[in-house]
Amino acid sequence: MLCPEPGLVRFLPVVPTSDGTVADPLASAHSTGESFAIETFALTRRFGETIAADHIALQVPQGLIFGLLGPNGAGKSTTIKMLTTLLEPSSGTAKVAGFDIVESPAQVRRRIGYVPQLLSADGALTGYENLELSAKLYGIARSERKSRIGEALQFMGLTEPAHRLVRTYSGGMVRRLEVAQAMLHRPAVLFLDEPTVGLDPVARRAVWERLLELRSNYRMTVLITTHGMDEADELCDSIAILHLGKVAAVGSPAELKASVGPDATLDDVFVHYSGGTIQEEGSYRDIRHARRTASRLG
Amino acid sequence: MISATRDAQLAVSADSSAVFDFFQQTAAIAQMELKKVMRDPTEILARAVQPVLWIVIFGNVFSRIRAIPTGEVSYLAFMTPGILAQSVLFVAIFYGIAVIWERDLGIVHKLLVSPARRASLVYGKALSAGFRGAMQAVIIYFVALALGIRIQWKPLPMAGVLMGAMLGSAIFATFSFIIACLVKSRERFMGIGQLMTMPLFFASNAIYPLALMPPWLRVVAFLNPLTYLVDALRGMMIEHGQSAHSLPVNFGVLALIFVILAAIATRLYPTLAH
Repeated sequence: MLCPEPGLVRFLPVVPTSDGTVADPLASAHSTGESFAIETFALTRRFGETIAADHIALQVPQGLIFGLLGPNGAGKSTTIKMLTTLLEPSSGTAKVAGFDIVESPAQVRRRIGYVPQLLSADGALTGYENLELSAKLYGIARSERKSRIGEALQFMGLTEPAHRLVRTYSGGMVRRLEVAQAMLHRPAVLFLDEPTVGLDPVARRAVWERLLELRSNYRMTVLITTHGMDEADELCDSIAILHLGKVAAVGSPAELKASVGPDATLDDVFVHYSGGTIQEEGSYRDIRHARRTASRLG
Repeated sequence: MISATRDAQLAVSADSSAVFDFFQQTAAIAQMELKKVMRDPTEILARAVQPVLWIVIFGNVFSRIRAIPTGEVSYLAFMTPGILAQSVLFVAIFYGIAVIWERDLGIVHKLLVSPARRASLVYGKALSAGFRGAMQAVIIYFVALALGIRIQWKPLPMAGVLMGAMLGSAIFATFSFIIACLVKSRERFMGIGQLMTMPLFFASNAIYPLALMPPWLRVVAFLNPLTYLVDALRGMMIEHGQSAHSLPVNFGVLALIFVILAAIATRLYPTLAH
């Protein structure tokens, strides 16, 4: 059922196409990708000798919350950077919101929102000013700017502290502000790199609730990276487990659990597909980043 | 025929909206940077200390020994534009630190994922650096007023000095930006920043005329953008100030250097997110 080989991965949930028929999941691999919010084609990135992402083939239908899981160094961040046009692939490509990331990165950028793993809101500005900057950079018309910002603030529960400096915000508030910034231009696809790392359980839940609502209210496709199994289980409609830069498994959390065995938890799935060993070579830089982010948010 | 005309019109409007977007994005970046500066003006005041010390201590001592021939202007007046240029350099050359800070935070990633043109991000930063340079010019004017240095208190030359300080600041900030894109870490950047300021400062006409230099050093000074900045400022700022080159030459050289540096920075900026 689950296919660990890259290039042959098929997407398990059966998706109705625009003309109402139900697409054969295997046939859809050869389709033009119109119905997919994200579709990658042998997406590969090398850093010198190491291959951070190795022929990744994924298809994410519109309107899903999709999780990229994997241990440190599995290629999650590299993949999300390529999909958001921050990093050029060494080979292969992807279509995001209908546009090719290599051929038309500018078109892709107009249609996506991105919340980096690190703290990206500017602490020296107020929440409102951060949103104002995004609104201008995304070319939201002056007449619409105020109402859009107000809507995003309200949606994220930040109306009251909007005019306070962001450096006085709690970690959870900063994350919500960043999501507000990323959704301001109503992107088709929202990318979040480890959105709840370092947040306390209440703040995590608040972020999850907003993401679920973004999906249902705005029909946004959301792609997150995480190594939190509970996050994947509660939030994601579908997940892909990456291991050493390759797609080890794709499916809904329930399907993946069933594939490993009865009573399997997502932790078991994770261990099963990521080789059962803890990555000893997990780079120092990753750890430093995660710690730093955690301490800032905490 | 009609559709061809319409296509042409559409193309024109697309072009003009691209230009409009570019200016709007540049202004947005600069405006936010300025808001941050204005919110914490202690930084600007702290930066006034160094040029004041240079003029008051170094300037006064060297005036007394009359070791440096400066023609009909006093040494204190001669060095004042040089110290303005120096303070512009010293502040702007560390601009890259802020860029590395923004990279470590993830602000750079957020900006690079936005549809804003990369050039407008670079120009926006340069513009905000330019405003800081102009503020330093204002400070130097106050110092000169306090010390009774003979300044040309005329609107046109003063506007020229502000323009020069802005352009100089934009050049060195963009240069710093390029270094930041190459080294990517604060520790390495600090070392390189320290390494660059002194040669740029001393291999220029900031505190002594080029005529005093040995020929090899004069060649270095000729290639140093600071020399053109000082030369332009000296002609405009002080009474009987003399420039070696005409204003169009000085500003032309500076503008050309800026455009080249900005183009390099625009190419390198995306690598910060890797």
